[in-house]
Amino acid sequence: MRLPNWLHKLASPPHFYRIAARIEPWMLWSGLAAIAVGAFGGLLLAPPDYQQGDAYRIIYFHVPAAYLAMQLYALMAIGSAIGLIWRIKLAYAIAAAAAPVGLAFTGLALATGMLWGKPMWGAYWSWGDARLTSVLVMFFLYLGYMLLHASLEERSTADRAAGILAVVGVVNLPIIKFSVEWWSSLHQGPTISRLAAPAITWDMLWPLLVMVAGAVLFSMAVTLTRARAEVLLRERGARWVQDAVAADA
Amino acid sequence: MTPRRRRMVAMASGLVCLAAATALVLTAFEQNMLYFYTPTQIASGEAPERRRLRVGGLVERGSVRRLSGALEVRFDVTDLDRSVTVAYAGVLPDLFREGQGVVAHGRLGADGLFEADEVLARHDENYMPPEVAEMLEEKGHPPDASLR
Repeated sequence: MRLPNWLHKLASPPHFYRIAARIEPWMLWSGLAAIAVGAFGGLLLAPPDYQQGDAYRIIYFHVPAAYLAMQLYALMAIGSAIGLIWRIKLAYAIAAAAAPVGLAFTGLALATGMLWGKPMWGAYWSWGDARLTSVLVMFFLYLGYMLLHASLEERSTADRAAGILAVVGVVNLPIIKFSVEWWSSLHQGPTISRLAAPAITWDMLWPLLVMVAGAVLFSMAVTLTRARAEVLLRERGARWVQDAVAADA
Repeated sequence: MTPRRRRMVAMASGLVCLAAATALVLTAFEQNMLYFYTPTQIASGEAPERRRLRVGGLVERGSVRRLSGALEVRFDVTDLDRSVTVAYAGVLPDLFREGQGVVAHGRLGADGLFEADEVLARHDENYMPPEVAEMLEEKGHPPDASLR
């Protein structure tokens, strides 16, 4: 299977570098604006919950963080797979750029989940819960990818070895997603991503959706910035990089 | 077969094997993947005996009783079919109340009394303002804490 032509054109580093530089600020500022609106709506406008009072408001941070932790893992794995199969160097650069961002969001999801668990469940953490454990496994997969990538001197070897680890770790994603449905769990079931209507009233839901959209835009902007830096580093011998750096200086 | 195609087939078949292996492992360890057993599972002997385990369900309405002069509290955990009596001496989570989902960790005695050393509360996936919950209650559809 061949990749479509436009994708090949986008995969050329100078082309990607220019396009990313153009869309990046839009993503960053609209993302930050959405996060501000979502946080205001979630923390101040939304009503308290019938059961959890004000403590439920941590979902406005926990849910976007957990969502992005998984999305960025998928991005890292898809980038690695494209690199491994089609030998597209830019795909490896994007995978390497996404990893620390995904790790940060996974850490944020774990931390906010623990802060939520203490007052509601009565414990920060509970070993033996499939959802909590599988997310922790993802945290270590991100960490393993980064360490493996950093430990191998030759960049193409590092890309391939860490890329295989990223692809292997994909089996963990459905486990995270369905852990609360396949097995009994301390964690509650899905509220939004289910076949029935969302189990949350609209005045509580809209700030959450705005927050998720903002977090997606923000993380894409950060990943693009990192990917551009990664491309510059990897192509530092190329003529276009010298030109680009000279133009920026 | 082009090298690119070979790499694609290798990765796809590798992932299929990996997924199959993971599915087999998860099926083999299914008992250990469960966070808690329901009272029905315990009644039918599915739960391991003489081992620490968790029992989960709803706190049966009207079943919470405190023994005078002691910290111990007893309550029934039900899955609306069977129920298990839990004895616990310790701090209960804020969400603990009748009708709430809870998970108790401890040992099942020969007399059927579950001696817990940890009780955690579960909340369901429903979020709504108190007024909406009240309205549902009046209409006879209380937002029941789910067993999941």
